[in-house]
Amino acid sequence: MTYELEKIKTLWDIPKEEHLVGGHSLCAGCTAATIVRHLLKVAGKNTIVVNATGCVEVSTTSFPYTAWRVPWLHVAFENAGAVASGVESAINALKIKGEIPVEKEINVIAIAGDGGSFDIGFQALSGLMERGHKVMFVIYDNEAYMNTGIQRSGATPFAAWTTTTPVTRRIRGEWRNKKDMFDIAIAHGIDYVATANPAYPVDMDSKFQKGLSKDGPSLVHVIMPCTTGWRFEPKYGITIAKLATETAVWVNMEYDVGNFSVTVPVKKRKHVREYLKLQGRYSHLSETEIELIQEQIDRKVEEINKRAGKEVIGPLEA
Amino acid sequence: MVLGLETKKSELKPLSTNKAVAEAAKDSNVDVVAAYPITPQTTVVERLAELIGEGELDAEIIHVESEHSALSAVIGASAMGARTFTATSSQGLALMHEILHIASGLRLPIVMSVAARALSAPISIFNDHSDIMNQRDTGWIIIFTSSAQEAYDTIIQAYKIAENSNVLLPVMVAYDGYVMSHTIEPVEVLGKKVAEEYIPKKVSWNRLDPDRPITIGTITSPDYYYEFKYAQAKALESSLQHILEADSEFKKKYGRGYGAVEGYMMEDAEIAVLGTSSYFSNLKYAVDELRKKGVKAGAIKLRVYRPFPREQLYELIKGLRALGVIDRSISYGMTPSGPIALDLMSTYRYKNIPPIQSFVAGIGQRRMLIEDFVRIYEILERRASSNSINEETLFYGVKGIDI
Amino acid sequence: MKELKSWKDYPLGGAVYEPGSTLDIDVSGWRNERPQIDQEKCIRCRICWVFCPDAAIIEEEKNYTTKTGKTFKLTYSIDYAHCKGCGICANECPVKAIKMIPEVE
Repeated sequence: MTYELEKIKTLWDIPKEEHLVGGHSLCAGCTAATIVRHLLKVAGKNTIVVNATGCVEVSTTSFPYTAWRVPWLHVAFENAGAVASGVESAINALKIKGEIPVEKEINVIAIAGDGGSFDIGFQALSGLMERGHKVMFVIYDNEAYMNTGIQRSGATPFAAWTTTTPVTRRIRGEWRNKKDMFDIAIAHGIDYVATANPAYPVDMDSKFQKGLSKDGPSLVHVIMPCTTGWRFEPKYGITIAKLATETAVWVNMEYDVGNFSVTVPVKKRKHVREYLKLQGRYSHLSETEIELIQEQIDRKVEEINKRAGKEVIGPLEA
Repeated sequence: MVLGLETKKSELKPLSTNKAVAEAAKDSNVDVVAAYPITPQTTVVERLAELIGEGELDAEIIHVESEHSALSAVIGASAMGARTFTATSSQGLALMHEILHIASGLRLPIVMSVAARALSAPISIFNDHSDIMNQRDTGWIIIFTSSAQEAYDTIIQAYKIAENSNVLLPVMVAYDGYVMSHTIEPVEVLGKKVAEEYIPKKVSWNRLDPDRPITIGTITSPDYYYEFKYAQAKALESSLQHILEADSEFKKKYGRGYGAVEGYMMEDAEIAVLGTSSYFSNLKYAVDELRKKGVKAGAIKLRVYRPFPREQLYELIKGLRALGVIDRSISYGMTPSGPIALDLMSTYRYKNIPPIQSFVAGIGQRRMLIEDFVRIYEILERRASSNSINEETLFYGVKGIDI
Repeated sequence: MKELKSWKDYPLGGAVYEPGSTLDIDVSGWRNERPQIDQEKCIRCRICWVFCPDAAIIEEEKNYTTKTGKTFKLTYSIDYAHCKGCGICANECPVKAIKMIPEVE
């Protein structure tokens, strides 16, 4: 278990100590900072963080400063999975050789954006999961390569504007669908895969907790609304995150050793318009395009309800 | 604590260089191995997997999914204070390229063996040094070895060098793929005692420790980057002294030392040819034949390539009438086209040196018999006597070219 | 922080040895507006502290009694040196106890 933390059930169970402190240069209103703050609160000080290149990495470790209070390693963009495998293996080897006490529990967490996990980081992530290292891989998904200036990634959803899928005569935003990392991870045979949302901190933190308690790889994929790339005022980050779940654009699910569940059921969901209209990256959409997106969601909700065996995501509210 | 089987006594074993390298990693008591198979390196890691499986080595082996991940994993492990090892060749080394710079920039004492093999395209699984030469400026210490015994000894020395707190740079130990990697020679294997008496591990590099949290791998602005790279340059330059110290200590303890360069019959040589790795053995045979004919020939082995042993090499070449340099790779678009020849010509520009004739040979393991090496000396002599040595590289052995 | 006058003063390989040293950085220059917590309205739900990306909401075990006689054991305040004025706290506060006022400077 992660140090002696009781299972997180309310906001008051979240530990006070900060391991990612302020003064970093993440954008004002960056929800990644919120996510990582929580992740480290749950993990505690006996944690090694391996960070792929990206927003979080560059904004928190600009020499000579660091915002991290836990040991932290950055190597490159595509290898968080491989570096974390090395860290974890070293801990095992050094325990066998008596250089680290066997009973010392050290969490190994890899943190990467969607670029460092869906695309350039995919191979290393796949290798990590396939080999079964005891590492929790956390994806903060802002649905594009934000650090380099909002270019599309494999996680960019249908119709979103990005600088490489701009709104023009011939292209109207991204025309492909988001890669399904949840099922890809499950297909690797790992014990724990979850999707989470910073607007639901208790759900998100208890998922971090669960992932860290597993003996093998775990993956927690977190939606990360990005004020700069999704084009909204900084104050709306959490509101938009909430709407993502309330419209079923982002379903908070969990796969735990074969058991699938939706951990944040939605009784009556809002029309996707409520989510899209707050974001500049969707401002070009026509009514037809919005309805197309709503249909995609309706189909997805049907599949999820079937998979869960009951109606966990309800119908559109009137 | 699980104890590995102790092999404390030295043994003489018939080993290929690949297998010798694996034994060396075992005797160095490495903690983590991560490698991806590529011809002709494969048997290094296969042997290590066996040694770990049989309990002769307590190490974690990570079956990474590519060479890029191999070096990445080894960096992660090294940053935890583990003694690490990886091995590769050719395309694998090229694939790791980005990470090579990071390993040296982060100042981690990683040791890697490279069974030198030609780079694609077209594909060649055979030996030349294009893979190594392409990594020349990655900030790694690069040492060429000429025998299985030397490769075994040098891997062990590499840990002493890399982990020296005044060095803290990764070390590449190269040897000729196929020619050496798969050829069996007698090797004295020293046993695990070597790890205790010659290279006891003392972590002086940046380490990830929850009790002393540090941040490794920061991003720097123009106001800071330069000094880190300068410090790296200085460290590589001054590592030569520590490389030689490690070698002489090894010689004192175990009876074998190699230095940064080696001369054969150089005391009274008038002309000499410089080679690396397995070519040195051939050059020695060629020298013997030439000496029988009364030619005052000598051979030079360049062992430490980076840092470049300027002074040591100068002592060997300064009195020559002419020096030939055989490069096993091509520096395209440059005259000379041989990287080592280029290095020599530029580093001694302001010193009194003999004319240097650049040769390129054995590309893609194009066959070179002793008679070919003898011919190289003859070409060198002919050009030296007719004062026709210039910067142009002579490509030996290309069909359609007569030199 | 040790001054880096010469390359010899630089830490090995670009590492930073002081954890959390960004606390030395004052980001108040980022703000156009700053949050102001109305202690009378605040119900001590913790939500602002939970969401702040910059850990700029301070939670203290400090008693506070409102004018209407309600007593709380906790008090929330803003660490203005590290607040970027993003407004998430004000936006998410369930009782609108936080106001964003213009940064006057």
